[in-house]
Amino acid sequence: MARASVTKKEKTNTLRAFLVELAVYAVFVTGYFFLVLHYLSRWLQDLHLNHVKIYALVTIVLIIGQAVLLESVTTWLLRLLRGGRSE
Amino acid sequence: MHFPISNSDISPIYLAVIGFLIGVLGGFFGVGGSFIAGPALRAVGLDWNFAVGTDLAHIVGKSVVAAKRHRALGNVDLKLGLIMAVGTMGGAEVGAQLIQMLKRAGNVNSVVSIVSIAIYVSISSFMIWEAWRTLQYQKKRRPRAKIPGTAAKQDESSFSHRTRAIQGLKIWPMVSLPASGVKAISLWIIILVSFIGGLFSGFLGGGAGYIRMPMLVYVLGIPTHLAVGTDLFEIIISASYGTFSHAIKGNVDILIALVMHTGAAIGAQIGAISTQYFAGPKIRLAFVPLPLIGAAIVIYTLVTGHKL
Repeated sequence: MARASVTKKEKTNTLRAFLVELAVYAVFVTGYFFLVLHYLSRWLQDLHLNHVKIYALVTIVLIIGQAVLLESVTTWLLRLLRGGRSE
Repeated sequence: MHFPISNSDISPIYLAVIGFLIGVLGGFFGVGGSFIAGPALRAVGLDWNFAVGTDLAHIVGKSVVAAKRHRALGNVDLKLGLIMAVGTMGGAEVGAQLIQMLKRAGNVNSVVSIVSIAIYVSISSFMIWEAWRTLQYQKKRRPRAKIPGTAAKQDESSFSHRTRAIQGLKIWPMVSLPASGVKAISLWIIILVSFIGGLFSGFLGGGAGYIRMPMLVYVLGIPTHLAVGTDLFEIIISASYGTFSHAIKGNVDILIALVMHTGAAIGAQIGAISTQYFAGPKIRLAFVPLPLIGAAIVIYTLVTGHKL
């Protein structure tokens, strides 16, 4: 009985941490949309039209760079909101 | 939001939500999620050539995160992944060239739609048949004593006898895959499997995990958990090549890919953690409806000609 109660409490805490994490992440991402992508779009369009090989390389660098950056952010958020545990 | 490279107007929230959903699917099933992403981009009016190229770019970012997670969990066979990358790049280039041919002929949207519907329905049908047979087979067998904590890693397939026959083909050179528990298999079988995966990746977009993951399990005999992680690792290499190839051909809107990936980054982490709580056949059975959803979206856009 007590064990079931602890498990339920753990699940509630995990769900709460996840929802807070999602909210904080949404704020980060919204800022990112409007600041970074806004400034990148004209430059990328120019590359796409005039320097297509450089554009192809930049696409890979940008998507991998963003992946590494956002993974660090999500891992940091998970640790922060779950008191040092990442899973 | 206006995306000038593809000259399209798409809600960034729609893109981030789609990215999140396919991030969860990718982390959990080891697939790129192109059977959802491609139709979802097509549904908001993007031409198939842009949907394919952009989805490939987004898959690169998503797979980096998910593969890192799976590597930490011990679910990646690096040797197999590197061998497969060779065949996949060849296949991806052939697929991208086919898209270019269709683009020039002016029928890329109709042909890719019809092919994708056929592929998605076939994959779902096969996987439901195999997973159902495996679960029936497991029920018939006498229950064995279980070692605590190993349930989620146990993996069986009703296709095992055919897999053993394929592994028995002695076509030189033979390679061993100790991390996956395969003593010897012909290099050419691995190259052929990866070439087919690459062909689908270059033609329909994404990492083509929906075809490569079943082939890893049923043809090469790789345990499902390792197939998921290795597939993701291999997708990083093949999708990077596919992105480069499609970007040169003018088929990638990187801004759309970046927005989609913001949702995928968090979804992939959740999906990867979830695989630890499910056994192989159940993961495969849960995968079944996903390509059918993609097929339904493509049929809708093909028949009505409307955006969602």
